[in-house]
Amino acid sequence: MEPCEFPHIEEQLGPILGRHGGDATRLLQILREVQDCFHFIPPEAVSCLASHLNLSRAEVEGVAGFYSFLSLTPRGEYRVLFSDNITDNMLGKAELMQYFCNKLWVEPGKVSEDNLVSVDSTSCTGMCDQGPAALVNGWPLTSLDNNRLDLVAELIRIRKPVAEWPEMLFEVRDNIRRPGMLLGEAFEPGAGIRATLARGAEATLKEVDASNLRGRGGAGFKTASKWSFCHAAIAEEEGSMICDVGGHPERFIVCNADEGEPGTFKDRVLLSSHADLVFEGMTVGARVVGARKGFLYLRGEYRYLLKPLEAVLERRRAAGLLGENILGEAGFVFDIEIHLGAGAYICGEESALIESLEGKRGRPRNRPPFPVTRGYLGRPTVVDNVETFACAARIAEKGGAWFAAMGTAQSTGTKILSISGDCARPGIYEYPFGVTVEEILRDCGTEDAHAVQVSGPSGTLVSWQEFGRRIAFEDLPTAGAFMVFHRQREMFAAAHNFAHFFAHESCGFCTPCRVGTQLQKRIMDKIAGGHGTPADLEELKQLGHILGTMSHCGLGHTAANPVLDTLKKFPGTFERKLKALSFEPAFDLDGALATARSITGRDDEWAHLL
Amino acid sequence: MSDVKKVRIATCSLAGCFGCHMSLLDIDERLFDLLEAVEFDRTPLTDIKHCSPCDVGIVEGGVCNAENVHVLKEFRKNCKVLVAMGACAITGGLPAMRNNIDLWDCFQEVYQYEGGLEGGQIPNDRELPLPFDKVHPIYEVVKVDYFLPGCPPSGEAIWKFLTDLLAGREPKLDYEQLHYD
Repeated sequence: MEPCEFPHIEEQLGPILGRHGGDATRLLQILREVQDCFHFIPPEAVSCLASHLNLSRAEVEGVAGFYSFLSLTPRGEYRVLFSDNITDNMLGKAELMQYFCNKLWVEPGKVSEDNLVSVDSTSCTGMCDQGPAALVNGWPLTSLDNNRLDLVAELIRIRKPVAEWPEMLFEVRDNIRRPGMLLGEAFEPGAGIRATLARGAEATLKEVDASNLRGRGGAGFKTASKWSFCHAAIAEEEGSMICDVGGHPERFIVCNADEGEPGTFKDRVLLSSHADLVFEGMTVGARVVGARKGFLYLRGEYRYLLKPLEAVLERRRAAGLLGENILGEAGFVFDIEIHLGAGAYICGEESALIESLEGKRGRPRNRPPFPVTRGYLGRPTVVDNVETFACAARIAEKGGAWFAAMGTAQSTGTKILSISGDCARPGIYEYPFGVTVEEILRDCGTEDAHAVQVSGPSGTLVSWQEFGRRIAFEDLPTAGAFMVFHRQREMFAAAHNFAHFFAHESCGFCTPCRVGTQLQKRIMDKIAGGHGTPADLEELKQLGHILGTMSHCGLGHTAANPVLDTLKKFPGTFERKLKALSFEPAFDLDGALATARSITGRDDEWAHLL
Repeated sequence: MSDVKKVRIATCSLAGCFGCHMSLLDIDERLFDLLEAVEFDRTPLTDIKHCSPCDVGIVEGGVCNAENVHVLKEFRKNCKVLVAMGACAITGGLPAMRNNIDLWDCFQEVYQYEGGLEGGQIPNDRELPLPFDKVHPIYEVVKVDYFLPGCPPSGEAIWKFLTDLLAGREPKLDYEQLHYD
């Protein structure tokens, strides 16, 4: 047996397990704490957790291996992860990361000899309006430049605990440039709940219905339908439902704050400055569907918001807006718990999010059954986007007709856009639906914009010829990302970046996506390396078709979008990179013999392939 | 005998186990029918060492060393249609299991550390083909027209594939011929 490096693991994990009541559905939360404690998940901890939580080692290790912020091998005492979104790269991420690595004598992806520090890339951290950004032990660093990195390197060298670092390094600005009815108008906490109680749950559902509110996560499902399905599911299955709380069938409200789509950061701002609106919307939803418990699933990248959000929840409890008998209404019980993710884009998919909430790997479920009938712990669950709940709070307060008066016929209300990339004023813009891309570009200060990636890599690439198109479910649906590229940008680089993103974030469950995203990445690498041929472009199109039609969930369905869109709208950016009209090998044949040449000491003509 | 020109076929095994070729022989007495329609150029069956212009080239095995590349390029140059036969040609297959092992570690294990070796040296004769860092599927080295999957593809699958090709049809395997458990 290997020598055990953590002989006192039982005692060390005791308090963590105690805090979580030895509850296996809290495995992810437990593993996060273990990771914080040891800078990785030691094998002894896996065994210990497995036995205490009544799980197999494979289950614990499976969860620990799934999330990118957890690690089964030791990481540095300081773990610095540079955000790898295209907008960070356009601001010089690659050079900065190299500069930082050189400074600390460490190679990207490896741990320094003294176990002090490890440096790597991570998917978009949601700081695109103030990039290049990074995370140090989970805390966000923004607006990085050489000076700031010098300081960070120095702080690491003298082993100063991250909690004692200068606050200016962690400053995250809201950058609200254009407020609307969600961000601009004052909101008195409790106003939405009060109106709901006065009107009644059923009448409130009617208001939400009349508002025609649709999900703000991008898919645009009608919120009132979702809420009433959840309600109806209970009525249908009452007989067989598991009754948990005093004979009541349990229902759940989940707020999806796993804002992982590269280029999206509107939920970050809603949660930092308008959390009351979000929690209020969840409470209204709870009243309508009859839920007693809610979760906010907060992406791991936003853990810095955890404390402030807990404080808001505490204040709301004290004000009688959460807990027992809310606002004096007997029997109106609802409370909210925050769960932290750990770096997995796929957990933004609602059924994967629920799996993750249950402490498992974030693997999308088969749908149907949809979460509204069988969600968290098999119970009816409403999963809505942060912004959707914020809208719901306003609707509860001001009524459906007021809301429906804004926007277009099929897309009522406003949409918050997070704008980044080549523009003078990146940040948060709230528009009534129906606004054209051109108007937005004018507002955020762009000259010679060439293309916009709307709704992130999984969305749509809009070329300069289409700037008259509108942000609306009828035309360009979006979860909020709006990344601007000017004329000098090579659009291939963006598609290449997104191909890497999807290959990294595929959950690995279904073969078309697991393998397809890797193949797509390799072909894009080949073209980027100057070895592409027209045959590779054909291969990309075929792959895109397979990904789009055969994958298990939305990640795979959309993983080829950026490549296919760029091929269609900016074919030149690919063609300029192609080497020959005939076939080119996928790798450097002669280079792949170099190792064998050095081992054997040969350099004769047969030891080369030219 | 008819005057119709026979289809000329070449085959080879690169980093493979010859299992696919054994499976080709599993078409049994249909070999006679096959020989009515085709003639073999370079194959392990004829022992012809180099390929001349052919209609169809069938390649078993992946690409693990420099010689594999020379053979593969010779096939691509001479064959109108090139077929990757079996898992190794298509994905690298079993030999690609070494892809997770450093080549230097591999050499040391085999030539220096293995029990019974004394003063073991790493062979460096120029006649020995140099191995690549990793084993590659053949489509990464040349353009491949058709993929005939299986480990090995069954005799039935090979027969179906060849008869389709000879009849001028797009080769298509039934579900049963692609289903392995």
